Amino acid sequence: MISKTRTHQAALATENPEFYLTDKDHHPEGSTMLGFWLYLMSDCLIFATLFAVYGVLGRNYAAGPSPADLFDLPLVAVNTAMLLFSSITYGFAMLWMARGAKLQTLSWLAVTGVFGAIFLALELYEFSHLIHAGAGPQRSAFLSSFFTLVGTHGLHVTFGIVWLITLMVQVSKYGLTQENQRRLMCLSMFWHFLDVVWIGVFSFVYLMGVLG
Amino acid sequence: MFSNPDLMKFIFGRLTLESLPFHEPILVVTFIGVMIGAIAVLGLITYYRFWGPLWRDWITSVDHKKIGIMYVILAIIMLVRGFSDAIMMRIQQAIAFGGHEGYLPPHHYDQIFTAHGVIMIFFVAMPFVTGLMNFVVPLQIGARDVAFPFLNNFSFWMTVAGAVIVMMSLFIGEFAKTGWLAYPPLSGIAYSPDVGVDYYIWGLQVAGIGTTLSGINLIATIVKMRAPGMTFMKMPIFTWTALATNILIVASFPVLTAVLALLSLDRYLGMNFFTNDLGGNPMMYVNLIWIWGHPEVYILVLPAFGIFSEVVSTFSSKRLFGYTSMVYATCVIMILSYIVWLHHFFTMGSGASVNAFFGITTMIISIPTGAKLFNWLFTMYRGRIRYEVPMLWTVGFMVTFTIGGMTGVMLAIPPADFVLHNSLFLIAHFHNVIIGGVVFGVFAGINYWFPKAFGFKLDSFWGKVSFWFWQIGFFFAFMPLYVLGLMGVTRRMSQFDDPSLQIWFSIAAFGAGLIALGIAAFFVQIFVSIRNREALRDLTGDPWDGRTLEWATSSPPPEYNFAFTPIVHDHDSWYDMKKRGHTRPLGGFRPIHMPRNTGAGFILAMIAIGFAFGMIWHIWWLAIISFVAMIAVAIGHTFNYNRDFYIPAETVTATENARTRLLAGQS
Repeated sequence: MISKTRTHQAALATENPEFYLTDKDHHPEGSTMLGFWLYLMSDCLIFATLFAVYGVLGRNYAAGPSPADLFDLPLVAVNTAMLLFSSITYGFAMLWMARGAKLQTLSWLAVTGVFGAIFLALELYEFSHLIHAGAGPQRSAFLSSFFTLVGTHGLHVTFGIVWLITLMVQVSKYGLTQENQRRLMCLSMFWHFLDVVWIGVFSFVYLMGVLG
Repeated sequence: MFSNPDLMKFIFGRLTLESLPFHEPILVVTFIGVMIGAIAVLGLITYYRFWGPLWRDWITSVDHKKIGIMYVILAIIMLVRGFSDAIMMRIQQAIAFGGHEGYLPPHHYDQIFTAHGVIMIFFVAMPFVTGLMNFVVPLQIGARDVAFPFLNNFSFWMTVAGAVIVMMSLFIGEFAKTGWLAYPPLSGIAYSPDVGVDYYIWGLQVAGIGTTLSGINLIATIVKMRAPGMTFMKMPIFTWTALATNILIVASFPVLTAVLALLSLDRYLGMNFFTNDLGGNPMMYVNLIWIWGHPEVYILVLPAFGIFSEVVSTFSSKRLFGYTSMVYATCVIMILSYIVWLHHFFTMGSGASVNAFFGITTMIISIPTGAKLFNWLFTMYRGRIRYEVPMLWTVGFMVTFTIGGMTGVMLAIPPADFVLHNSLFLIAHFHNVIIGGVVFGVFAGINYWFPKAFGFKLDSFWGKVSFWFWQIGFFFAFMPLYVLGLMGVTRRMSQFDDPSLQIWFSIAAFGAGLIALGIAAFFVQIFVSIRNREALRDLTGDPWDGRTLEWATSSPPPEYNFAFTPIVHDHDSWYDMKKRGHTRPLGGFRPIHMPRNTGAGFILAMIAIGFAFGMIWHIWWLAIISFVAMIAVAIGHTFNYNRDFYIPAETVTATENARTRLLAGQS
């Protein structure tokens, strides 16, 4: 930014302004982080839509079960803890990455993946429990929107784990190169983003649902 | 083996021989025509041994200029399809009177009006606009390419895949009979159990991924890759409108993706989002789809405004009047477009206060739009106006669009809307703004930037013929619909009882015929221009005495766009360079860092077609295999770290020296 302004002022000051950058290459700043942020925001809008749908349809029980009848808060609390832990351990992985320690980075990534997998397993358990209790997504608009909101988040975590494994292979194969660091940073943003969304799901769907 | 119905169902899902429309003579003839055309094209490619170059230089290309050109070609092809639908509807409505059922049975007619809307918006207007942005924006900001070149290629092929999926419905099964936004409960499984709506959903989902990614790509490009010195308030107006449009894309297409996914869940898994029972709410769909749909019309028209701004300023040989107000007007329109969606269904009955809010916000949009019109007029005022073809389209737009804008304000008044809702008045209004705004803008843009893309101008005689047929044809085709709408005729009717209406439909059909001649003249224009390309050749790279950076490089630009990145001091930077006597550097070229071509985007998109086909026809094995294959190819692509290369300095020098000789020969 500073260099841009300086070029500009220098050019205005002289009679014959410079019109071409002939002495050096123009290296625009990397756009990956901005691009990835934009992607996350577009994803955020998908979640926003699903939250809005839940907000509108979430009380249409169609004479079926309501959140207070269905949700098992202790289970969801454990579930939430798993995801929050996974965010912390991803943070540790990033700290080791910054120090260039490949093995520690990989280990913390593995721990993150395990926490994510436990989260998914608990969620699948909850889903199968609900479906067997006759509270499947077809039962009412409330359950359709519940399963879709929570399931979309779960699907994102699933893809996150696939991505995590891919990156672990790439880091172990090619090391913590600049490209791999950038990729780990993108996944980091993705992972924390899912955490934030989950906090919304936990408060808005589970806590408020049980409060009635 | 083939008598086993379970096995057949496993292999083919619900696809049977009856799904092929042998009983529809119109479709059989179309199919034969398409096949003959396809064989001819494939034969020519083989005869001229063009397969290799086609794959290496075009299909796998990550060059934003080639991708932009391919988008426009896609749009032109789909324009022919979408317009065929239009003229079939016009003929049907002109003859189906007094007990005569016309030549299209209702179930076919319903598919045609749905396909017409879907194709014209998603596969004509969108690729036209995206293509022009792709081609022009990096050149206007002095960049080598877009921020994510591979993603750009992938986005394009996903758009093509969406178009292919929609086109497949013509010959395998059928398309949706629901209207272009597929409102439930009609589009739900209870009332549309066949494949039409599924074609609709998957065509749009696949293309939507491409559109969203291309939006992200262009925002990152504009924000991060501008030439040194080009601050936001020195960006060309077209780049500004492109930025606003891409922000709108990223902020609205995810809503479309989500709402179509919810409709799919209703249809495939029996959920109850938009059903009539078990707590579903169809109006939720209507709200959500218009939260995408209203920004969508601004996604289309803002770049057109940008094109008109460039054209008016260039052909009036003047700085654009009110640059700053133009930028603010664009941004205000961008924001307002999010808080007007409910005006599409005032009749939902949300109450007077809600309707009043959305009516007023809608009317407010006419203020920045009006400011833009005055800016264009004041730019022309005392300018040295050259009435070249792009300028004709621009003046035609200013007249036509203003009428469309005024009928829009009429529709924004809720009590009036209760009378006009879903009438032909509405149809006339939105064609008035989309044809008069977007289509005219696209034709202005094509005529304006064609010499940049190919190195020779388009023939102006046939360009003028095309313009006048479109312009006059438009008024003949749509003014009668305003009249009919005020008489209370509703949209999407295939037959009429009242014989007094027929004259108006006949006039409209005549107008559609004139527009057909306009399209034909456009093709003649391209053909004649290619034949006379030597006479129309432009060696300067700046045939219109342009003002922005795309005219600073050769026509067509070299693959690296600019041998040296330009430094920008003013918002008409190329005009500034010419005025202050810049000298083009003739030596000292350095190697240029470029992205490498890749076939991954094309392959992914082709697999996406397989996935969609499996989902549409319930061929689950195909859907699963394709989905896994897409993930595998995507992951495999990330293992390719070898994504860039350097154009050696000698190559750059040779290219630039050739241009130096051409320029010297010119003067």
